[in-house]
Amino acid sequence: MPQQVTRLGIAFAVLAVVFLAVRQRLVPDTFGELGHYRAAAVDTIAAYPLQYAGHEECTLCHRPIAEKRGDSNHAGVSCEVCHGPAAGHVAAPGSVKPPAPRERGFCPLCHGYDASRPSGFPQIDPVAHNPTVPCMTCHDPHAPEPPVIPGACRACHGQIASQKAVSHHATLPCLTCHDAPDEHKSAPRAVRPGKPSARDFCGTCHAEDAVSPSHIPRVAISTHGEDYLCWQCHYPHHPEAD
Amino acid sequence: MKDAAAAPDRDHPAANAGVDRRNFLWEALKASLGVPIALGVVRVPELCGMQAEAGEDAERIYGMGIDVRKCIGCGRCAQACKDENDVPDEPHFVNTWVERYVIRSDGEVSVDSPNGGIDGFPPLEEEGGTVRTFFVPKLCNHCEEAPCVQVCPVGATFITDDGAVLVDEEYCIGCGYCVQACPYGARWFDPVKHVARKCTFCYHRLARGKVPACVEVCPTSARMFGEVGHRANPLARFLRFNDIQVLKPHLNTKPKVFYANLDGEVR
Repeated sequence: MPQQVTRLGIAFAVLAVVFLAVRQRLVPDTFGELGHYRAAAVDTIAAYPLQYAGHEECTLCHRPIAEKRGDSNHAGVSCEVCHGPAAGHVAAPGSVKPPAPRERGFCPLCHGYDASRPSGFPQIDPVAHNPTVPCMTCHDPHAPEPPVIPGACRACHGQIASQKAVSHHATLPCLTCHDAPDEHKSAPRAVRPGKPSARDFCGTCHAEDAVSPSHIPRVAISTHGEDYLCWQCHYPHHPEAD
Repeated sequence: MKDAAAAPDRDHPAANAGVDRRNFLWEALKASLGVPIALGVVRVPELCGMQAEAGEDAERIYGMGIDVRKCIGCGRCAQACKDENDVPDEPHFVNTWVERYVIRSDGEVSVDSPNGGIDGFPPLEEEGGTVRTFFVPKLCNHCEEAPCVQVCPVGATFITDDGAVLVDEEYCIGCGYCVQACPYGARWFDPVKHVARKCTFCYHRLARGKVPACVEVCPTSARMFGEVGHRANPLARFLRFNDIQVLKPHLNTKPKVFYANLDGEVR
């Protein structure tokens, strides 16, 4: 065998051994078992401790209250939304007690009026809505109801009612604009409530010569908006004007 | 014919020497592949694409569905995530957050997310000029073709067999390439551990048969969790019954967070 081939062979062998030794040191155990990563990391991450126990765990001990909540408007609201992470409480029920927020600041996190919220979601103005009284005085958080159970129109038309409640038309009863025969309640599709059909109807409050409080915006009812009907531009349950 | 038959001998003298060019290249290719394989640098299954096939056969691929129209912007998801995943309390360190979009009549779109939405949102300044406004929860999209995984120089971030994109905190060198590479801004740099952090789909909860913390606490069920590709789970139902979009589809990252009722202005 030529001498240079022998030397090259030795050099390659040394390089290969060095490479393997360095690689053995640098590449961590389990790297590449599942892919281009350390397989042991998956087990490490999967073993992180729990903080939120999950509402199923709460139900095991607090069945009556869980069933009450399950039948209520808060059916989809998990226990730990209000009571905070409770895995510690599950592990040591006697010594770790989860908090129960009773202050007025908490409920408006969800129920304070915010223009960006979906319009059907129940919202109040925390400043104007019974100030200083804790929410729990009137509303049971495990089975919340409005103090007055929605009846009449609101029972079926909740989204419209919620939207109207935060609009400039909040104080107007539905019957101001709609005439609803009693039969509409028993046969809602067969007997329809009436709606205004002409611009003049809105004009009874919004015309320039209307007999109504002075803060109500006025327009020239015969010419404003040309041929359009009022509600083609202004939504009567949440009217806006530029 | 005679000229053509004689041509190879004239143009390729090596053919007469017993080793022609084709054979030489073939032997060289075998040698150049054989040495690394023998040293264990390149594994044969990788070359043959066998691992990719194994990934496609996986039983579970997790995904999340978000119904934008149900989100009330309460920020409980962002708070729960911080509690569950040991995320620093300071703003800007969030795995999931809620953005408020405000589209004004002059066409201007503003987006804000003070402290990820945990403390609520300040009142809108000029409500009169607002055309549409809504909340959009955001988190890591756990992309099938994740840019963050591609750029990691050490293999510290990876996609599991269940489709979750995770970070190996013991192996991460903290270079921050992945934070830069994520088109969704879902990654952040942990100031205490000095490693990249991100949403894990609460992998430790999934391992115990529970849903992610943000899904657990969402009071309006705006977030759905389940498996992609199986028909009988909440996510599959969500995907069947809604018009679905993903964020930044033009980047071909193939996100596994699916949005229903998503406004066209959302980026």
